[in-house]
Amino acid sequence: MGVKRAGYKLLTMKVSGHFGTTRKWSLTHLALNPWVQLTWIIGVVSLSGYIFFWMNNDQNARRKEGLVSMCDQRARMLQDQFNVTVNHVHALAILVTTFHYCKSPSAIDQETFAEYTARTAFERPLLNGVAYAQRILHSERGEFEKTHGWTIRSMGKEAAPISDEYAPVIFMQETISYIESLDMMSGKEDRENILRARATGKAVLTSPFRLLNNHLGVVLTFPVYNSRLPLNPTVNDRIEATAGYIGGAFDVESLVENLLGQLAGNQAIVVHVYDITNSSGPLIMYGNQSIDGDTSLEHVSKLNFGDPNRKHEMICRYLQKAPMSWQCIMTPTFVCVILGLVGYMIYGAALQVMRVEDDFDKMRKLKVQAEAADVAKSQFLATVSHEIRTPMNGILGMLQLLLDTELTRTQNDYAQTAQDCGGALITLINDVLDRAKIEAGKLELEAVPFDLRSILDDVLFLFSEKSRQKSVQLAVFVSDKVPEFVVGDPGRFRQVIINLVGNSVKFTEQGHIFVQVHVAEQVHSLIRSKNKAFVNSECCTENFNTLSGRQAADNRSSWEVFKLLDDELLPDTSFNIVNDENVTLLVWVEDTGIGISEHAQKRVFTPFMQADSSTSRNYGGTGIGLSISKCLVELMGGQMNFTSRPQIGSTFSFTVKLKRFKRETANGLKKSLSEDMPTAMKGLKGVVVDSKPVRAAVTKYHLRRLGIQIEVVNSIKMAATLLRKHGSLISRNEKLPDMILVEKEIWISDEENSFPLLSSNGLHGQSWKPPKMILLATNLSPEESDRARASGFVDTIITKPLRVKAVAACLQQVLGITIPNSSESTKRTTGLHGLLCGKKILVVDDNNVNRRVAAGALKRFGADVICAESGPEALKWLQIPHDFDACFMDIQMPEMDGFEATRRIREMEKKATEQMERESAEWHIPILAMTADVIHATLDKCLNCGMDGYVSKPFQETSLYQAVAKFFQVTPGATT
Amino acid sequence: MEFVGQLQRQLVQFSHSLFVEGFLDEQFQQLQKLQDESNPDFVLEVVSLFFEDSEKLLNNLSIALQQQIVDFKLVDSYVHQFKGSSSSIGAQRVKNMCVHLRSFCEEKNLERCLMCLQQVKHEYYVVKNKLETLLRLERQIVEAGGTVPFIA
Repeated sequence: MGVKRAGYKLLTMKVSGHFGTTRKWSLTHLALNPWVQLTWIIGVVSLSGYIFFWMNNDQNARRKEGLVSMCDQRARMLQDQFNVTVNHVHALAILVTTFHYCKSPSAIDQETFAEYTARTAFERPLLNGVAYAQRILHSERGEFEKTHGWTIRSMGKEAAPISDEYAPVIFMQETISYIESLDMMSGKEDRENILRARATGKAVLTSPFRLLNNHLGVVLTFPVYNSRLPLNPTVNDRIEATAGYIGGAFDVESLVENLLGQLAGNQAIVVHVYDITNSSGPLIMYGNQSIDGDTSLEHVSKLNFGDPNRKHEMICRYLQKAPMSWQCIMTPTFVCVILGLVGYMIYGAALQVMRVEDDFDKMRKLKVQAEAADVAKSQFLATVSHEIRTPMNGILGMLQLLLDTELTRTQNDYAQTAQDCGGALITLINDVLDRAKIEAGKLELEAVPFDLRSILDDVLFLFSEKSRQKSVQLAVFVSDKVPEFVVGDPGRFRQVIINLVGNSVKFTEQGHIFVQVHVAEQVHSLIRSKNKAFVNSECCTENFNTLSGRQAADNRSSWEVFKLLDDELLPDTSFNIVNDENVTLLVWVEDTGIGISEHAQKRVFTPFMQADSSTSRNYGGTGIGLSISKCLVELMGGQMNFTSRPQIGSTFSFTVKLKRFKRETANGLKKSLSEDMPTAMKGLKGVVVDSKPVRAAVTKYHLRRLGIQIEVVNSIKMAATLLRKHGSLISRNEKLPDMILVEKEIWISDEENSFPLLSSNGLHGQSWKPPKMILLATNLSPEESDRARASGFVDTIITKPLRVKAVAACLQQVLGITIPNSSESTKRTTGLHGLLCGKKILVVDDNNVNRRVAAGALKRFGADVICAESGPEALKWLQIPHDFDACFMDIQMPEMDGFEATRRIREMEKKATEQMERESAEWHIPILAMTADVIHATLDKCLNCGMDGYVSKPFQETSLYQAVAKFFQVTPGATT
Repeated sequence: MEFVGQLQRQLVQFSHSLFVEGFLDEQFQQLQKLQDESNPDFVLEVVSLFFEDSEKLLNNLSIALQQQIVDFKLVDSYVHQFKGSSSSIGAQRVKNMCVHLRSFCEEKNLERCLMCLQQVKHEYYVVKNKLETLLRLERQIVEAGGTVPFIA
């Protein structure tokens, strides 16, 4: 049990070991890692973000570029327009200089000025109006006021306060006539501007202020010099030469408004113009006070209005915040979505792959489990069958013993039935055990040399009684090409043959069962070369040239083919197979039974399947045999096939690969292998009278094995002629036939004709030893037998099936040849007593009672028994040299167990053998274990440590016999 | 002769009951078979050996199981011996009890071992009693000049 459990454990360990290997680090598992997933998501999002920012920045840059260009364009245009206007004012200044001061009297008066300026107003669209203010020193004020008829007024419209200088307006455009006589220097800022303009000679601007029309504006002031101005005037020169000032109010707001109106895209941007002369507080010149529009982006363009002391700038903004571009949003979104989907797809695929892999793993595990279960089942079956077999043997043995006792007829009948049933059961158990072993892969084939022909003879003998009862002809033929000894597993080979022949016998009611063995290569080459014969043999319908004359399923064994095969037996150089170490044998078992119906043919080799359910009813059996046979044949490297025709018969054929037995290597073995074939008949001559060529060939085959030369004739007449011929030609050195073997069939059909033959026999009787007349028959009724005797077959009748041994025995009897040694061989088979009588046996057991019982049992069978209580004592007894023939050893003993004792004994023997190398004898005492548990492991261990066998304890006659018989058969050869 | 016949019948019945009730099994029959003219006292010899052996072993067992620290290995070896000899003699019930005792011994269950030992002892004494009766009957038959019938 322990061993079995260990076996399971090993199995499971193997299983787990197989799957314990960590999974490969694959892409799939990468895809399922949450960290990898997180990284992927983060990666996708950040990529989208990057794309978004990149696109946004790009757009912003373009927007800014647009703003810059628009702003700069506006600033430049504004500046240009402004400058154009300033130039015009400058021109006016020149005009005033030219026509007012250089001409005397002046060519310009208010009227002229007003008209001129009004008519040239288109040149100065930005100026509300222009005016000219004359420079009046305080000393000149009175005279000036007198000339013009008005007083100089300050900006507040009252008389100007006294100052050192004045600048009253004298000429002005009609539009601004209200400023006539106003002193332009009355305002502090204006005065500074004027002074500055005078000193520089350039246009000067005021800071912005609200004009009368409520627009923001600036005043432009230009100095007007009189003609006395030198070419490169100094500041003082300029001040000296200053005659007056021309000025105009710029309506900056309308100026910019006009300007922007002309340009495209003015709706989109907000423009502010500032005076930033005072850097701490920029003054707005255009635009709303409140800063609206997109404050995030602005562009500042410098404006140069020609006044170096004043600084202006233009600030542009977009009216609206940059709208989010769809592209900016959509592109990253799409990227994000697509990559996300790709990720999800990969994840999904990985998940699927994983699931499939898991399933696959699961399946594989299940498969291994199932296989393990199957192996376990087989192991279980093997063990259980074995366990059943052991007590079964006991039961059978006991029944045998029971049958040996005196029983009433009924009791005897019951016991016989019980034993038969037991026998059937044990056969079945053996079959199941075999099958289980094959399935568990535990069946190991032996490789020992054996004589194939004698095995076939034995098998035939086994079925001879049954076949004779059914009057079915049973025959075997082995081709001469088949080597005498082959190496293989004789037991298994026999098992297959027994199974096939057994089936045939079971299913055949009349006709024949014919076993043939050929060398496969030979048959195959024959089929190749002479295919015709195989095809054409179909033609003969009436009389089938088979063993019994009945049609067989497979035509291969008909005489036409058989002859060919037999012809091939003649020395043929084309076959070079003798050198080959392996030999493939082809075995046919042909019967003329009920055959197998076509639909059942498919499941012939399925275990527990018979052709149909009625089969088991009519013929019995379990249907496991064929499947086992097939397995065995396959294990032996062959194949099994069959041909079958319902109501005609079946032919099973199989091939086995065996090895040739090298004769030269073990010549001595040959003798022990083959049951001594009587050689006394070598060289004899015989005549077989048989009209059926196949049957005659079989007879010939058997007799040839005995060394008898055979001639075949068709009828008794021919035999007689042959005899006469020989009789007349006696002078020649030719040998006369020693025997005439007549087939019963011939004899029956030709009864009358046999007499002349016999009489002729008597005719020449004196001159030579008459040939012995032998009748060959499958079965013979008593009256037939009498008749046969009467008609001259006084010598003998050989009942078929022919077996070499039986034939030899008969012939010996007939020919009066005695064979030495035969008495010894019969003695050997007289049972346990014969086996053990006179043998000196050592019994080793620590248990008094056991020892006594074992000794008693062995003594009873005539053995000379010596007891030992322990291993060491046994060793003492078995010190070499000793004269023990065998040793029975208990396994479980204190101090030194049976295994250990055996090991030591074997060591001792080995040493002794080595020392006495010159003597060929080898020390090897057969040691048999006595054990109560008959599980495999214990038995294996017994064999492993050098024991030769085992006897189950307590002793039983049958098991003891089995064990002892097995190795005492060998011992005579080894010890004598 | 009448007396012998009675004894013989008694013996047959008695031994039959022994087998039916399972005190003895076929092994004992085997032993009986081993007894013949050359070895007329074989069964008696073996049975006496068995008694001797068993009493020694039972004694040893009792002592071993009363130790402070029980050496179960030792106990097991005694039981194994006892099992061997009882199965050799065919004392089936004793043998079966020994199997139980061995399994308890394997479990190292002292309490159950002791209980089982009692049962083993009981079975042993029963079978001893039976065997003694059987042998006495046989002896009486022989003394009375009859032959011991073969019991099957």
